[in-house]
Amino acid sequence: MANNLRNAFIAAILTGVIVTPVFGLQLVRQGARTLMDPHWSNVLIAMAVVFVGQLLRPWLAIPFRRLKSGLPTLPAAPSQGNKWLVLLIIAAAVIWPFFGSRSSVDIATLVLIYVMLGLGLNIVVGFAGLLDLGFVGFYAVGAYTYALLYHWGGWGFWEALPFAGAMAALFGFVLGFPVLRLRGDYLAIVTLGFGEIIRLLLINLNWLTGGPDGISGIPKPSVFGIPMARSSGTEGVRTFHEITGLTFQSQHVVLWLYLMALLLALITLFVSTRLKRMPVGRAWEALREDEIACRSLGLNPTRIKLSAFTLGAMFAGFGGAFFAARQGLVNPESFTFIESALILAIVVLGGMGSQVGVILAAILLTVLPELARGFAEYRMLMFGLVMVLMMMWRPQGLLPMKRPHVELQTK
Amino acid sequence: MSDLIPQMTQQFFNGLSLGAIYALIAIGYTMVYGIIGMINFAHGEIYMIGAYVGLVTLTAVGTQSGMPVYLIVAVMLVVAMAVTGAYGFTVERVAYRPLRGSPRLVALISAIGMSIFLQNWVALGQGARDMAVPNILSGAVQFHMGTDFDVMVPYSRIMIIVVTVVLMIALSLFIKYSRMGRASRACSQDMHMANLLGIDTNKVISFTFVLGAMLAAVGGVLIALTIGKLNPFIGFIVGIKAFTAAVLGGIGSIPGAMLGGALLGLVETFAAAYISSQYKDIVAFLLLVLILLFRPTGLLGKPEVEKV
Repeated sequence: MANNLRNAFIAAILTGVIVTPVFGLQLVRQGARTLMDPHWSNVLIAMAVVFVGQLLRPWLAIPFRRLKSGLPTLPAAPSQGNKWLVLLIIAAAVIWPFFGSRSSVDIATLVLIYVMLGLGLNIVVGFAGLLDLGFVGFYAVGAYTYALLYHWGGWGFWEALPFAGAMAALFGFVLGFPVLRLRGDYLAIVTLGFGEIIRLLLINLNWLTGGPDGISGIPKPSVFGIPMARSSGTEGVRTFHEITGLTFQSQHVVLWLYLMALLLALITLFVSTRLKRMPVGRAWEALREDEIACRSLGLNPTRIKLSAFTLGAMFAGFGGAFFAARQGLVNPESFTFIESALILAIVVLGGMGSQVGVILAAILLTVLPELARGFAEYRMLMFGLVMVLMMMWRPQGLLPMKRPHVELQTK
Repeated sequence: MSDLIPQMTQQFFNGLSLGAIYALIAIGYTMVYGIIGMINFAHGEIYMIGAYVGLVTLTAVGTQSGMPVYLIVAVMLVVAMAVTGAYGFTVERVAYRPLRGSPRLVALISAIGMSIFLQNWVALGQGARDMAVPNILSGAVQFHMGTDFDVMVPYSRIMIIVVTVVLMIALSLFIKYSRMGRASRACSQDMHMANLLGIDTNKVISFTFVLGAMLAAVGGVLIALTIGKLNPFIGFIVGIKAFTAAVLGGIGSIPGAMLGGALLGLVETFAAAYISSQYKDIVAFLLLVLILLFRPTGLLGKPEVEKV
């Protein structure tokens, strides 16, 4: 007990030292001068909280230990009955927006973009175990491919979509080729460097990308070639509502975007699920578990890693093109490192390699901040904290995939 | 033509002082990596916090207090080192120690989380906008090299170089001769063995984090005084570059971090001066990629053998 008290005391003092220069002595700018505004109550409260928290730690730890093993894990292979459940969920996802409010459908579209990105990164990080911190770079390539094709060539969304994916995949291939020999955390830093290089190039290549302002006026996806807008830009082309005789409502555009996002997300889900069961998917997982064993079994690690990297980048490209279409404008601001960290957090929070988990995490991480708009300034703080705490209490993620495995009998 | 040499001398001093800052931060990366094999992603944030603590101290002391300038700087450095030492200790204790022995990915993600947390922690407390740092070290040494262009080296940049060199020498001696320095070298060779021989490895790891944080804080305070402004997000890019410096010199090697820092600072400054200032970050990142491709062990690093 005395020991416990001493520890709590030391922790409280440390807290005081840490909190004082940030929250205790707040700097205030007054014209050209910098003044100081002391808030000692903040420091004292923090110290008191830490002191009490440290004293009660043995009791506070109990629920967290439960959390570590309490949540369920997913079965390895979905059984037959799940098929109907999946169809039901898809049907619900298609039908609800017709009754939902405009803003909730809009947020759902955003969620689906993150689902797409999360599933793409899941291939790289979850399946192949390669930590990619520059994923947002490929997202940016996809977005800018569509934006530039529109800007310079007048292409529509559907014509540009395959090119956006292909371009991002090409970038993934070219950038991945030299760096994939690197070990885990070096790879992370190099990919981060690539992500930053792409962003810096987008800012600085003014003649091509419009610099920091980006490109605006990007059209939304059309309905089989019929523009979905209030009035069509070109002469003689009739818009969707003119043909169908509906009155134009912006709700319809939102709805259409949502359905397209859903379609793309489902395709991503389907393809990545299939890929996982193909030989290349098996090879990814084998490589993640043990590279040396893989190599001695005759698998070519570089080729396998490269395929994961390229495919992941391709999905990021699709996501990027859709993002450009939804926003109507792209600029380098949207593609900062934080975005990479957010997508990574989705994959990690969901449980690396678990697709259901990734979808769940994408919903959580997009909807929660929208609900907590009033606490916008605490958002990123909580985000960082959750990342640390997740790694401590549940590094396997919310809904990890249980893998088929054999355990050795030990006597 | 005649101005070329003075101009290059000028750029050399600018680059060297920038490189000194990178070196100070890179040592924190390299020591932590050498001992527990993880990239302490939050290290750049510690540098930023050091700069803020320096500014808070400066404001508390007051620029008009009549204290001699070098004393004010010394007080700023000492306070910043003490506080960031506490940060380094706490970050390791809270975010990394519980994860020791888990896969590298887990620790790295926790470190990224910590980095985001610290950025926003400071943004919340001190505001996210730029803060002006009063210029207490104005003036420059001017020397004439026989051409129209006079080389101007501001006192603040001279101070960076002097302070860094002094600290580097002190650090080298400390690592070489002190008990703790020997223990940390033993840990970086073989942590398990060191533990068996009675070295308190937890203490050594904590010590490494504290020492790295202190050096980063020195970098933060000095650069804040030189550049004259700071915001809570300066740590990210500098952190990545300092990591580049550590890799350039050979990660795990302290002299390597010093050399790598100086080289990176010079390359970046010359790239900004003679290629384009907009592309200087790209040059730094490209350098990182190229080193990792062609010499992953860095200039002074030892090759790492993966054991099965």
